[in-house]
Amino acid sequence: MILGLSIGPEYYLALSALLFTIGAGGLLIRRNPLVMFMCIELMLNAANLAFISFGKEMGDLGGQLSVLFVLVVAAAEVVIGLAIVVAVMRRRPKASVDEVSVLRG
Amino acid sequence: MEAVTFFIAAGVALAGACGVVLFKNPVHAALSLVGTLFGVAIHFINLEAYFLAAVQVIVYAGAIVILFLFVIMLLGVDRAESIRTEPIIGQRHLALLALVALLTFGVLIGVASNGEVTGVPPQEATYSPLEGGLSIDEAIKDSTGKTIAPKENIREVGRSLFSTRYVFALEITALLLTIAVIGAVVLTRRPKGEPEPLPEDDPPSIIRSADNETDLHSATNEDNGSVVDMEANESGKNSSEELGVSSE
Repeated sequence: MILGLSIGPEYYLALSALLFTIGAGGLLIRRNPLVMFMCIELMLNAANLAFISFGKEMGDLGGQLSVLFVLVVAAAEVVIGLAIVVAVMRRRPKASVDEVSVLRG
Repeated sequence: MEAVTFFIAAGVALAGACGVVLFKNPVHAALSLVGTLFGVAIHFINLEAYFLAAVQVIVYAGAIVILFLFVIMLLGVDRAESIRTEPIIGQRHLALLALVALLTFGVLIGVASNGEVTGVPPQEATYSPLEGGLSIDEAIKDSTGKTIAPKENIREVGRSLFSTRYVFALEITALLLTIAVIGAVVLTRRPKGEPEPLPEDDPPSIIRSADNETDLHSATNEDNGSVVDMEANESGKNSSEELGVSSE
């Protein structure tokens, strides 16, 4: 029964929505900056999955190229974010994201 | 067969995603992120994006997660974070509400559209290559006339990437990566001629500021004093270190 099931893009979009939701929930719940970055990666992966699913459905290669650019931007974001985390943690090792609030308005 | 692959990979990806959120130890979270990334890579293969599946494994699992693990080990923050404490009042309920709303929205879009997700019938999308962009159909015609093999996918991705449609974005990407490398070096560089700042291990004699607003903010974190107090204490004790960092 499950073998004959044809997997359309709606399955991939539902999975993408699930992954994005888990990532967004984790971003809201967790307070460790590293885990928050991982949740951002989860959301980016969900977007990538939607991109490729749409690209296949439309018969267009642009979806895959968008994923390539998203990958590069995610890599740059992780590098800068982790550098900031290292710089903050070096000065105050016990900081969670709620305590880094010097620039509060 | 595609359905079996889909459900297995979806299970792996979702289990990994739940692990990222629920594991208390950041090392375990990073390792379950690898599971999610592999699951998504299998989905990429299922969707005939062979090159991106390889890139997903190499770049994400091979570079980004290793970077995460490296930073975790460098900082020594692999202690367990208590997931029970709620730093902001009512935040959990709001997060749950937003989660349910987001999930309902996504699944509704996927299901209620009843198969016509893109509004265009599959394989009938007439994609007009504006300035040299390639569609998948054209890629089939351009090559030997067979269906796209994995190496054809790589070739077509490469050709599209360097076509006039995407080459400017590619160059901007190179600039972005250069800026990221320089930014990382600048941010993590330790100023010269200055000892490493001491870890603040919660001195018992915290000088309370006279302001009233420090007491307002000290309600949330009870174990190591308020943020403003730590700021005042630090700036009073070693102001030279503050000067050294700010002049950088």
